[in-house]
Order: sequence, then C-alpha cells, then structure tokens
Amino acid sequence: MPMAAADIEALIVAGIPDARVEITDLAGDGDHYAARVVSASFAGLPRIKQHQAVYAALDGRMGGVLHALQLTTAAE
Amino acid sequence: MTDQTQDRIAGLVNGADVLLFMKGSPLFPQCGFSSRAIAILNHLNVEFDSVDVLQDQEVRQGIKAYSDWPTIPQLYVKGEFVGGSDIMMEMYESGELAQLFADQGVTQA
Repeated sequence: MPMAAADIEALIVAGIPDARVEITDLAGDGDHYAARVVSASFAGLPRIKQHQAVYAALDGRMGGVLHALQLTTAAE
Repeated sequence: MTDQTQDRIAGLVNGADVLLFMKGSPLFPQCGFSSRAIAILNHLNVEFDSVDVLQDQEVRQGIKAYSDWPTIPQLYVKGEFVGGSDIMMEMYESGELAQLFADQGVTQA
C-alpha cells in the first residue's frame, strides 16, 4: 500500500526533529519516492549511520509498505 | 535470525572480497535498485560475487538483521558493510567507491 509524501516527511521529522526533508514523487504513483534529509545531527556520522537514522524514524516501514525510497542525507 | 543463519551470512560476507546481496542475478537483476548496483560494479570493473536473496528466504530476512539495513541490494567489501544502492551511487559519483576498491586491493575484473 502506498504512502503519502506528507506522511513520510512527518515520520522523518518526528524521529529527527531538526531534519529538513525534501520529498520527490519519482513516478507520480505515490509509491516511488526520493528523499533528501539534511540534519545537523548527521555531522560526523558515516553515511550508513545517517541512513540508518532515517530508516529508524520510518520505524520498519522501509522495505515494507515503503518499497522505493531513494535516500540522500547530509549534515548542515 | 537463528545462529545458523547468522553463521551462514558471516561465511558469505567473509568469503568474497566484494559481495552483493541482490534480487536476481547480475545478468538478470529483478529490481531496479539491484540493477543499478550491478551497473556500478560493472562500471568500476571489479570482480564480485553475488547472492540472489530471492532464492533464499533465510538469507533474505537474515541479511537485514545482520547489517541492520532494511533493503536489498547490500554491498559488502572485505566483510564490511558499505551500503545500499543509494550510498553506492553517491560513492561512485564522488570517486569514493573506486578509492575504496583500490585501498582494499580488490581485483579488477
């Protein structure tokens, strides 16, 4: 079942309060998204840890209801 | 994940210098993200092994716990988890992935 972009953003911000999140609906089908997440909390963390923080905020949905989310992350 | 699955996965990631857990085979990837990962490895001209998780439900679920990573594909180099296809792409574009392979003395294909 697809997820709305606003729901994805809300979950990420709930988990990473200072995150700036840009979501793009890649295919216009509500199922294939790209997200860019920028947070000061990522500073000094390797990319794997940054991505894991976003996946943790999505609380098990990644790879489940959220099939396709291309993710890029950055510190400030 | 059972200890047995954990041991099997450890054996796999430590048994090849470059190992990609993917959906499908390098010639016939079954998912766009796996296909992108293969394209990157081919482009960098490295020798790699792959595991088709669609053929092995134990590994398909187990690898997610093993690496604490929810999606496939997953790239391992010399037993270390490097990332999924997004991280591979970022590292490819920045030259970091080629550098990692060079630093690790990975064999060219």
